[in-house]
Amino acid sequence: MATDSKPIDDVSFAEVSCDDQTIIKINNNISLDIAGENALILYFTNSSSSTVTDLKSNIIKEKSVAISPAINAHVQQAVTIIRQHLATSVIDLIPSYGSILVVFDLLTIDHHSLRKQLKQLLINCEAVNNKQGRLVELPAYYSAESGIDLPRIAKHANLTVEQVIQLHQAQEYRVYAIGFAPGFAYLGEVDERIAMPRLATPRLKVPKGAIAIADQQTAVYPAQSPGGWNIIGLCPTDMFNAEANPTMPVEVGDRVKFVAISKQEFLKLGGQLDANSAEDLNKTPEPIEKQSKAKQVC
Amino acid sequence: MLGFVVKNAGVLSLIQDAGRYGAFNLGLTNGGPADALAFSWANKLCGNELNSIAIEISLGGLTLIAQIDCVIAVTGAPMPLTINGHKIPLWRSFMVQAGDEIHFGFTSTGVRSYLAVQGGFDITPTFGSTATVCRESIGGINGNKLTENDILPCKSVLQHKLKQDIKLWLLPEAEQPVYSAEVVLHTILSYQHQQFSTVEKRLFFNSEYQVSKLWDRMGYRLDGRAVNTDIDGILSEGICYGAVQIPADGQPIVLLNDRQTIGGYPKIGAVISQDCARLAQCREGDKVRFEPISLSKADNLFHLHINRFRRVKLIECS
Repeated sequence: MATDSKPIDDVSFAEVSCDDQTIIKINNNISLDIAGENALILYFTNSSSSTVTDLKSNIIKEKSVAISPAINAHVQQAVTIIRQHLATSVIDLIPSYGSILVVFDLLTIDHHSLRKQLKQLLINCEAVNNKQGRLVELPAYYSAESGIDLPRIAKHANLTVEQVIQLHQAQEYRVYAIGFAPGFAYLGEVDERIAMPRLATPRLKVPKGAIAIADQQTAVYPAQSPGGWNIIGLCPTDMFNAEANPTMPVEVGDRVKFVAISKQEFLKLGGQLDANSAEDLNKTPEPIEKQSKAKQVC
Repeated sequence: MLGFVVKNAGVLSLIQDAGRYGAFNLGLTNGGPADALAFSWANKLCGNELNSIAIEISLGGLTLIAQIDCVIAVTGAPMPLTINGHKIPLWRSFMVQAGDEIHFGFTSTGVRSYLAVQGGFDITPTFGSTATVCRESIGGINGNKLTENDILPCKSVLQHKLKQDIKLWLLPEAEQPVYSAEVVLHTILSYQHQQFSTVEKRLFFNSEYQVSKLWDRMGYRLDGRAVNTDIDGILSEGICYGAVQIPADGQPIVLLNDRQTIGGYPKIGAVISQDCARLAQCREGDKVRFEPISLSKADNLFHLHINRFRRVKLIECS
């Protein structure tokens, strides 16, 4: 806005110090900070292992141990409490590994009262004994044709492709968060032997149903999209279907197990193999300038 | 049902209502009008509920043919608007007749305009909203932006009314927003701001940035002095509207309506909603400055803004 029509009276640095302490502690494991105009964020830590994350925020100190099922269970419990008690003033919540974004209605409540209410509600919210979530089995067609990165992971891990597949389906995963894209569920944790960093340059096209690994996380791509995770197989189950009820086969807190299936079973379950997909996957991404032209405003 | 036929869809024309709320658990973002103020005025000028559906036209190029007599209003960026070739002013409601051709030329200032119709468009909501998010293929007509030959059905209201009962309105000129190539973004320090040094924060608030070539409804990537922090990443967490994300190269990204809901880059703060709307009217090369604001002051500004919108009296012009 041009300075002459600036509708806002002067806000000087004197009123907002860059060193302002914005965080408040609710109890030993939960703290509350500002996110935005109508959003606060709750951070959860595990007091017995305060090295995992910085108590004040969500900073990763040691990436490999930062994800904890106990902390995530605590997050889930707080989500339930907030949904029960603040349904009118809270618009929506985004729970993740160790945090909850609380978006509220500025016409119903202000941040002072919301802070007070969250404090009262959560002060006695203790991490419960990791309640067991629902077990959901997802079929997985692991193969060279459906999992283009299997050989790379095997090489990186000094294992055979069969061992990589074995390790991936041996584990039971927890749904830590849903977000990024519709139906995208962050699952953890992958056996550290087959943990694999993201690709340096994301692929422009990852097929729908791709089962992939990024560090110690794994996920199924709900739709064809760009992506930088390492692909190890294909899942024929729809991870997001706007027409279906429920829309997604999993929700946060569920347990997920991958069950290996053959190509025939994969096709029978409605899975699709795009003949060109492997070729597309090997294409190097276009330079960012070119991409930007295509999606300049959308 | 009758309404409008899309003869030319323009650069990017989207069906939007106030946005999709309550679907974060499925990973769905909010969508909704990039400039909520102009969107609300379009509906108010038509006498609609403020969250009624309108068409968000980016840059211009949209041509519609009316199939029914109706009252419409266009607000937002000053796109040259014509009906059957005759120039029509923005920020007011007027009658169109069945067969009329409504055309939006291209704007050189501002980016987005809004077209509302009295009674509203009749589109089936998905997950509680008709807001189109192209990246998610959700909302609008089949999750897509408008394309040629789409039909935009209207809840026709005029047929039950006598011509003399139709009221047309105009927003006083003093209240019409002016779109500028320079914006100040009032920013609440939040999220990981304590991981940025005081010097870095002061430099951030004292530097001028430019809108880069990467600007869209998801977010605006800016070019300017890089903001440095010593943290590499954070555990992925929820991202609010207006969040200012600082990726590894230090160039800030202001996240808007179609942002991803969860992300792992550090964030220095969040821009207040009314300034996000101003940013969404900017394009490549426009100048942006950040100014710190306390949460309490941001709260006051929000309520003053709402109150001002409610108090403004439209001028009757029929």
